[in-house]
Amino acid sequence: MELAPIFAWIYDLLISLGLSVALADLVSQIGLAVFVFSLLCVLALFLVWWERKISAHIQQRFGPMMTGWHGVFQTVMDALKLLQKEDITPTVADRGVFFWAPVIVFTCAFAAYIVIPFGKGLIVSDLNIGILYIIAITTFTIIGLMMAGWGSNNKYALLGGMRSAAQVVSYEVPLVLSIMGVVMVTGSMSMNDIVAAQSGWAGFRWNIIFQPLGFVIYIIAATAEANRTPFDLPEAEQELVAGFNIEYSGMKFAMFFLAEFVNMFTVSAIATTVFLGGWNGPLLPSWMWFLGKTLAMVFVLMWFRWTFPRLRVDQLMEFAWKVLLPLAFVNIIYVGVLALWLK
Amino acid sequence: MEAFTFYLFSFLIIISALAVVTMRNIFHCALFLILCLFSVAGIFVMLHAEFLAAVQVLIYVGAVSILIIFAIMLTSRLAGRDAPVVNEQFFLGGFMSLVLLFSLVYTLKETIFRVVAEPPAPQSTLRIGQMLMTDYVLPFELVSVLLLAVLIGAIVLARREGN
Repeated sequence: MELAPIFAWIYDLLISLGLSVALADLVSQIGLAVFVFSLLCVLALFLVWWERKISAHIQQRFGPMMTGWHGVFQTVMDALKLLQKEDITPTVADRGVFFWAPVIVFTCAFAAYIVIPFGKGLIVSDLNIGILYIIAITTFTIIGLMMAGWGSNNKYALLGGMRSAAQVVSYEVPLVLSIMGVVMVTGSMSMNDIVAAQSGWAGFRWNIIFQPLGFVIYIIAATAEANRTPFDLPEAEQELVAGFNIEYSGMKFAMFFLAEFVNMFTVSAIATTVFLGGWNGPLLPSWMWFLGKTLAMVFVLMWFRWTFPRLRVDQLMEFAWKVLLPLAFVNIIYVGVLALWLK
Repeated sequence: MEAFTFYLFSFLIIISALAVVTMRNIFHCALFLILCLFSVAGIFVMLHAEFLAAVQVLIYVGAVSILIIFAIMLTSRLAGRDAPVVNEQFFLGGFMSLVLLFSLVYTLKETIFRVVAEPPAPQSTLRIGQMLMTDYVLPFELVSVLLLAVLIGAIVLARREGN
């Protein structure tokens, strides 16, 4: 069952209740924001549980088993525990910076969902700069991480923050270039246009078919952007204890933790929209296709994390600038030739 | 609503710009610089220049400001110490600022801005791309060559001796 008609029905109901169009717009926008926000929070809790299960099964363990069916309520309990904990600010911390860092990271993680098409007609706002907006807004996360590193006044936190800054700035370049290939073929940066350009031909118009190199570059760079193994140097436990979030506890720690999992879902949702045909698919409703493809991408990222060892700092930088960047340029040239040939 | 948003962004720009030059903690200055540049992007959005706004955030917040913060973090001499707000060049600097302010106000007063009644084209990004490839192709190519030269220069400078 498609969800878009239900939202349209609710909107019509608001109008028929006697609300003016401006007020109905406002109410439906706030309602939509609350809906997307709570959906993502539940999803993040699910992803934390799923990651623990996957890691356990890869390592031949069971993982959480006690609370609920196969421990499905474990992360809910963990979240409740974190909410009850004392909110500690270190005495030597830069109080303002320390307070705002998790707020910025948390807000930016959710801001990207304004332009993500969850299904047919299910998009909060179809900006004509869609994909560029996501790239721009996610750079704020890095500022939040650096603020956390600096504000904590702790050498491990500072090192973690600096590492993540260097890493994200380096991997941002191949990431943007790999997406640029798709924008060149589509001729638009709007997320709806990108999805529409991949419909039909029984799935053979998905961008991954024509640009497999672009997809591989995107996945590697996105793993680095989300700070996940094999690129999780900002929080390398053996060297940095915990990285930029070492001084955080309670609610603020939970905000960083949730934001990390929301970010992982974001990069997977972008991969789905840009390379895997978005919500296009037969039989099932569009939002199920979107969710299924995105969760499959999330599974791949989790699989990476629990099977690959971590890179060294110098390997990380050399890989970005000497391997991924030249490959991204090769991909751009190939896409340019392809686009001319298709015309 | 539009007026309210405009005044909100203008207020943020002015307050954060003042904070950049008056704060004593240089890390806080950098953070207020980010807020200032972000508010300018907000003004761009109000003017229907979405592409410009996104690029403003991407380049200035995502690259320039991160480099500035990175430099502050790596410079142990600056870390955790109050930087002086004024130095011996106070009067010269103040004089130059006044000259700049005067010329800006004069220019804004004397220029006749062309005002169009119809709303701007919805596909401004498309138009920018077409203009860059047709009417303004020479400046575009010149900037590209300049950037290439800067890139090569950076690589030459960063290269280790003896390699």
